[in-house]
Amino acid sequence: MASLIATKFTVPQGLLLALVGFVLVLFVLVVLMGFIFLLSFIIRSLDKKGKKAKIESEKPAEEPALAPGSSGQIKLNNVDERTAAMIMAIVADELQTPLNELRFISVKEVTEEGK
Amino acid sequence: MSAVNIGEILKNLWNGSGYSMIHWQQIVMILVAALLLFLGIAKKFEPLLLVGIAFGMLLTNLPGLNTEANALFHSEYWFNGSINYGEVLNHGGLLDILYIGVKTGIYPCIIFIGVGAMTDFGPMLANPKSLILGAAAQLGIYMALILAITFGFTGEVAASVAIIGGADGPTAIFVTKTLAPEKLGAIAIAAYSYMALIPLIQPPIMRLLTTKKERMIKMEQLRTVSKKEKIIFPIVVTIITCVLLPSVAPLLGCLMFGNLLKECGVTDRLSDTAQNALMNIVTLFLGISVGATAQFDSFLTVDTLLIVVLGLVAFCFSTAGGVLMGKLMCWITKGKINPLIGAAGVSAVPMAARVAHNEGKKWNPDNYLLMHAMGPNVAGVIGSAVAAGFLLAIF
Repeated sequence: MASLIATKFTVPQGLLLALVGFVLVLFVLVVLMGFIFLLSFIIRSLDKKGKKAKIESEKPAEEPALAPGSSGQIKLNNVDERTAAMIMAIVADELQTPLNELRFISVKEVTEEGK
Repeated sequence: MSAVNIGEILKNLWNGSGYSMIHWQQIVMILVAALLLFLGIAKKFEPLLLVGIAFGMLLTNLPGLNTEANALFHSEYWFNGSINYGEVLNHGGLLDILYIGVKTGIYPCIIFIGVGAMTDFGPMLANPKSLILGAAAQLGIYMALILAITFGFTGEVAASVAIIGGADGPTAIFVTKTLAPEKLGAIAIAAYSYMALIPLIQPPIMRLLTTKKERMIKMEQLRTVSKKEKIIFPIVVTIITCVLLPSVAPLLGCLMFGNLLKECGVTDRLSDTAQNALMNIVTLFLGISVGATAQFDSFLTVDTLLIVVLGLVAFCFSTAGGVLMGKLMCWITKGKINPLIGAAGVSAVPMAARVAHNEGKKWNPDNYLLMHAMGPNVAGVIGSAVAAGFLLAIF
């Protein structure tokens, strides 16, 4: 490669060269940093828009109607979920009624002291 | 057969053997090669390249293998002005033929394709500020440049010595084969030796320049980077940097090409070849042919000692530059950045990042800095390639 400038340098020339070189590296990498910020901003906003559109297009037209009696909450008082589920299943069986047609308000453990 | 004839035959054999031509400098070079082989094999100092370099050095300095007829490598073909490739191909030795790949810049560029295919720019894309740390850690290049000029080196040799501070072997070889090919052996050995010594060189500087409180800083988890960002990044970096600095195109273009092969998801076979088979083959040729340039007449000089010293200075200043910029960013962000990751801005991937991580863990066992340090680490690869492009553009 042909040399653009004299190959022998004085120390001040070397200092200037080093300064220019360091500033150039810093400049190029700062430009790249700015580009990366811009790129990630654009891609993330495009992805957000895309996701929103996807969610809307995938949304079902109508929510299916709930079976009567299957909505609402049940209060469990000193009873774990497994026991409550077993009690509800036994009650439904005893009444000969499907479970989703019954409404349970609460299940409470009754103790001797509580009588 | 008469007794006289036997004597003549033995005399001819002796005169033709290398033992009759041995020179003390060759013995020294053989010992240096043996030391480098020991460091590569027993101490595992960058063995993939150092073993090849040391063996190339051994071959080229054996007595009897430096005659015109037997030489594996002819320095006069390469270092005396213009190169006659016809003569190299017709009369060159094995290592002359292999050296064509170094001189034309093919090997360092192919290695950069492999490096690109192995590099994940994700941590840098997740935290783009790490690019500033990668830039600051090139300080050593310019400090070594000033010092080399002060010691009376020509601009070309000073630039080649300075690039050791980039801690990037292929970049150092690429710059030196163009600007100061006669110093290639010394510069490549210094660059790879110091890269192997990073775990010893960096920690004292990191501790000296940071407080205990700074070293204990825990950094926030990095965001996930999308596939699109990873694919677009190498394409746009190539356009931005190569248009600004055309001399950087062979190195950065190949680095980004390799990375695109990895990230695009449709060239897995090429990516696999680039980072394994191809890179191994080229590393083999590169090591042995670079080692062959270290012939006793050009290697055993005061310049070589100065190159070794200046290379160490360059490494130290690069580490200090990264850490000091880390401190500044820590202060600006009110303690969100651990300055130790700045040291990873020297581009020895991934060793410098591991050193930063281990140092952080020593002071705060819950600290996990590896991914944060990988950002400046890969930014350093880009930074040193840009610095190399600048030096090549100037000289």
